[in-house]
Amino acid sequence: MSILIDRNTKVMTQGMTGKVGQFHTTNCIAYANGADCFVAGVTPGKGGQSFQNVPIYDSVAEAKKQTGATVSVIYVPPAYAAAAIDEAVDADLDLVICITEGIPVHDMIKTRRRMQGRRTRLIGPNCPGLITPDEIKIGIMPGHIHRKGRIGVVSRSGTLTYEAVGQLTALGLGQSSCVGIGGDPINGMKHVDVMRLFNDDPETDAVIMVGEIGGSDEETCARWIRDNMKKPVVGFIAGLTAPPGKRMGHAGAIISGGQGGAEEKLAVMEECGIHITRNPAEMGRMMQKVLKG
Amino acid sequence: MKIHEYQGKEILRQYGVPTPRGVACFSADEAVAAAQSLGGVSWVVKAQIHAGGRGKGGGVKVARSLDEVRQFAGRMLGMRLVTHQTGPEGQVVRRLLVEEGISIDREFYLGMVVDRESQRVALLASSEGGMEIEEVARESPEKICTVRIDPETGLTGKDAEEAARSIGIEDAKGAAGLFQNLYRAFVEKDAMLAEINPLVLTSNGSLLALDAKFNFDSNALFRHPEIIAYRDLDEEDPAEIEASKFDLSYISLDGDIACLVNGAGLAMATMDIIKLYGGNPANFLDVGGGASREKVTEAFKLMLKNPRLKAILVNIFGGIMRCDVIAEGIVAAVREVHLEVPLVVRLEGTNVELGKKILADSGLPIIAGTDMADAAQKAVAAARGA
Repeated sequence: MSILIDRNTKVMTQGMTGKVGQFHTTNCIAYANGADCFVAGVTPGKGGQSFQNVPIYDSVAEAKKQTGATVSVIYVPPAYAAAAIDEAVDADLDLVICITEGIPVHDMIKTRRRMQGRRTRLIGPNCPGLITPDEIKIGIMPGHIHRKGRIGVVSRSGTLTYEAVGQLTALGLGQSSCVGIGGDPINGMKHVDVMRLFNDDPETDAVIMVGEIGGSDEETCARWIRDNMKKPVVGFIAGLTAPPGKRMGHAGAIISGGQGGAEEKLAVMEECGIHITRNPAEMGRMMQKVLKG
Repeated sequence: MKIHEYQGKEILRQYGVPTPRGVACFSADEAVAAAQSLGGVSWVVKAQIHAGGRGKGGGVKVARSLDEVRQFAGRMLGMRLVTHQTGPEGQVVRRLLVEEGISIDREFYLGMVVDRESQRVALLASSEGGMEIEEVARESPEKICTVRIDPETGLTGKDAEEAARSIGIEDAKGAAGLFQNLYRAFVEKDAMLAEINPLVLTSNGSLLALDAKFNFDSNALFRHPEIIAYRDLDEEDPAEIEASKFDLSYISLDGDIACLVNGAGLAMATMDIIKLYGGNPANFLDVGGGASREKVTEAFKLMLKNPRLKAILVNIFGGIMRCDVIAEGIVAAVREVHLEVPLVVRLEGTNVELGKKILADSGLPIIAGTDMADAAQKAVAAARGA
């Protein structure tokens, strides 16, 4: 098992015909069971065409009806991406993964409001996507660094997730699923939402949680872990050296009004029993140490 | 993106939020002319920089005569204004706002922010005008009224009135209209933060925005040419402006080890690990997912502009970005810029072996890092030796 996606998941790609969408769709189809998983593309006005033998439909609803796809991945440009999420939510998909970076915050506020009371889960935006190694990859991460196993990874960052995964794989520790929840201030699933799923997944033994400055999602997750988590968690927070008031690349990575600093987050995480490391090169070894007890 | 107070007040007036009458000025002569045209017996001369705390630093003065206007304006223009938000080096004053003097009865705080917790816009109002809201939040949080606004209904008259009443505004209905107008401006202009501090009740009973602070969502500027027109490059770090031309995400720091990284999270983690091993990062630099050879060269040029520079650390985890492409970029950049400080490179991920080979075959004195820790330690050692 795994969380959210596996070899039987059927995926549609919104924005498959753009340059970015084509590139990543090709890589996702080539990974593990991808050829069976990626069943549809959606580009308004291009219905009836195909890309790499994957049929293209005019709308999400049509793609769902024709192929049974329940998950969507979005590569639509930022000005239209929130509307693409809305369309997937209106079609009652199970899960939407929005890779697009640079969506205006007020668009996301409206979209998140529309999602209230709906069944659809959202990962991202501004995220690398998620992967269940040797089964399915939905997103832009390099598949070859992963290895099937029993460690879960959840992170707000892209390449820092790869760093954590690379360290685990080098130590022979495979991954159950790796989820990049994205670097935007207004987004879908938070650390805590993914952590709940890992806690309930019988094939996940432990979790690496990678956070960064800004907001208080890591603290919320840490308190939930203290009260509920049955499995060990290793944690790292990026941005100990980040100056306040400066946006560090990610729209959500900013210390504002004296809140969201890395020290505060690490302190709460440690209090809540998370095995923290301040060294980003030690995430894998920390996990190895924790597993050996 | 930040703008000046006088620009923020233009936006407020467009949305029906009253402000004192005022004129933006670039010289002492203009300031005197502005005061004359405004009339009255007193004026406020306000330094325009993108930082708060101007009053304490001598950037806000009340003038009782035209001579004083000239004197204050002359003193402020060109001065390096240091506030708790500018850093010790301060910010040079190049623009002024000259406003009519206002007789103030009471001061309030009114602000709006994007609240990550509730995923909504939050209105913050307080009876403690003129104080920093973070300070009020620490000392007397009960004096802050917060309304989390449903984007489907907008700020309702009822919620706005309640907020106004709770901070002690008598004409709650009038204030509610002002609050709703600010909310409209906030949403329509894609703001991330808006502050009117203080919002004042004048002695003749009207509410006025005495200050205006805005910060806009840079991801939404594509639909706001009118906000882009407000951009003042003098207020920004030249290195950061240069970086933005090449779509590089760059922030200057005060250390001496420059770093070039792909991805924002890994870039922050690279700064952190430099510090952890006893060094000091000179910058945050994310070259992004699809950096070309040209982009890498520009990134090197940027890092080399730093006079404190003692070493460079390149940390790449190739995903979409192939290590061979980045290695070619590094070799080309080093040849072009005549590098004189030690360069440590750590490559990992897609096509890593090919990338390492390109670096090794280049004959350039590049120090290879086997992993992130090794590379950071070598960069710190190299900076000490330089």
